[in-house]
Amino acid sequence: MTMTDVQAEAETGTGTEPVAPVPTRLRADAVRLGYNGRIVVDGVTLDVPAGRVTVVVGPNGCGKSTLLRGLGRLLRPSGGSVLLDGDEIGTLRTREVARRLGLLPQQPIVPEGVSVLELVERGRHPHHGLFRAWSRTDEEAVASALERTDLVHLAAVPVDSLSGGQRQRVWLAMVLAQVTPVLLLDEPTSFLDIAHQLDVLDLVRRLCDESGTTVVMVLHDLAMAARYADHLVAMRDGQVVAEGPPATVVTPEVIEEVFGVAATVLVDPASGAPVVIPRRRTP
Amino acid sequence: MTSTADLLAHARRGPRRRRALVVSTLLLLIASLVLVRALLGDYRVSFPDALRILGGEQIPGASFVLMESTLPRAVMAVLAGAAFGAAGAAFQVMLRNPLASPDVLGITLGASAGAVVAVVVLGLRGTPVTLAALSGAVVAAGLILSQSGGRGGATGRMVLVGVALAAGLSAVVHWVLVRASIYQAQDAMVWLSGSLNSVTWGEIARLLVIEALLVPLLLVLGGRLPVLGLGDDLAAGLGVRAGRLRAGVTAAVVTLVAAATAIVGPIAFVGFLSGPIARRLVPGGPAVGVGALVGAVVVLAADYLAAYGIPGTALPVGVVTGLLGAPVLLWMLRSRPSTQEVR
Repeated sequence: MTMTDVQAEAETGTGTEPVAPVPTRLRADAVRLGYNGRIVVDGVTLDVPAGRVTVVVGPNGCGKSTLLRGLGRLLRPSGGSVLLDGDEIGTLRTREVARRLGLLPQQPIVPEGVSVLELVERGRHPHHGLFRAWSRTDEEAVASALERTDLVHLAAVPVDSLSGGQRQRVWLAMVLAQVTPVLLLDEPTSFLDIAHQLDVLDLVRRLCDESGTTVVMVLHDLAMAARYADHLVAMRDGQVVAEGPPATVVTPEVIEEVFGVAATVLVDPASGAPVVIPRRRTP
Repeated sequence: MTSTADLLAHARRGPRRRRALVVSTLLLLIASLVLVRALLGDYRVSFPDALRILGGEQIPGASFVLMESTLPRAVMAVLAGAAFGAAGAAFQVMLRNPLASPDVLGITLGASAGAVVAVVVLGLRGTPVTLAALSGAVVAAGLILSQSGGRGGATGRMVLVGVALAAGLSAVVHWVLVRASIYQAQDAMVWLSGSLNSVTWGEIARLLVIEALLVPLLLVLGGRLPVLGLGDDLAAGLGVRAGRLRAGVTAAVVTLVAAATAIVGPIAFVGFLSGPIARRLVPGGPAVGVGALVGAVVVLAADYLAAYGIPGTALPVGVVTGLLGAPVLLWMLRSRPSTQEVR
């Protein structure tokens, strides 16, 4: 499959200079987000490094998923702004955003009786106008997405008959078929066993390394976050407590401040990533 | 790499063939049922005669039967069935609930109440009746959709409100009927059970214009419903504005239902039946177009049965669809493998 074609489309879709990497495609500027007047994310500024994997971690209810919804334009900020390639994201057309930024919410609805192929084809929706027919680019994007998620042999199988791990790969294939330079994933590994977690995260890693996709994902598991992130963001009570490379963020001090847990941090001899051993809750 | 392309082509072939087979079978069925309905009534018209009449020739007796009775009935059955079928399928898919068809939710009854008030109380005829039906349907739809809870799926509460609303509206209809003269009341009763008796070419033209505008619109919007079916967040991520799409589909559905109801009455269960049948015929496929075809087949067949099923007794078509619909509803409730859609 000619990845260059697919990638070229992603680049032309952005409306910015192709090839040359921009320092940031996605930026939150003092953004305030909430639901019905209740503020969940309060004045977060975040520069998402382009072509890197950024992982947001934090305790339940810290606002990490809400931040992701704000970055993905699912939630309109009540203060501050979110910029996609320098444009205020709220002023862009929905379809235009969908060509530049793909997002996978936590639990999408699995439609009845729809095959893997039909579902993945829906990822091409933002690239279709009213009268544009299915093109070679569409076909290549879908084929490439299915190959990379190892789903080609399951193309004709109904999604609702698949296991949880396979379904998660189908959703990823769908957003891969969307071919966007930016990808937001909300807990893509929740409810997966450890082998399937590695499958998904390795795939995300490859996507970033091979295609230069900018990834922002929310993860629950600190160990996985530390291992797969280039840029780690730790949140608590709607604010960013620490951010940077995992080695600088995953320290006993930060873990105690963010999670309220005393922990020992070791270094994984194989990868050099920090490994957390929780000891006890601190008051 | 060719192997991937081959595998994908192979994965597509099955559903595509099935869809083509289903659509062509339904079209063939509609064509033959129209012929049967138009030619094989109490007074039989031969096929060559029918062609000559359509060519402008006058054949005593046959001309009148074909052009004033059986043919308009057959054409109206297709139009009304398609309107109810497309509207029902679109609503069920949009609200992710097989119970959420306009007739179950009381939107059709809203149209009925509007039309009955217009005919019996205000003494109106023609286009004003359609407008009255439309306002009744809009009010009913507004009330029900305000109960949807804002997440886009039909909640149990929404269906319950719809059922309650339908009961209230049928009380309104009966109250109006009680106050009407006996002639008006009898006319209204036949119409209320859904009837293709006394259909005129003028009414056909009126419904045809509305459908020529709204069915294509609903097909285009219906093409986006599968994306909406993945949930509002994912739909937004794929460039679909859920609120606007829902508003568009609702407007088209309400207008179609009101226009058809104003002319032929609320033919029971057609909207409700067509969607599930369509989705069983083409699982995961686009339901609106197939739903329209299924609706046309159901109404054509039911009208023929109603007219000639019991010798000497001509029933309104709605009585037959009602009789067919009730057991199918029970069967669907029993055979549903999961409650995934009914939440």
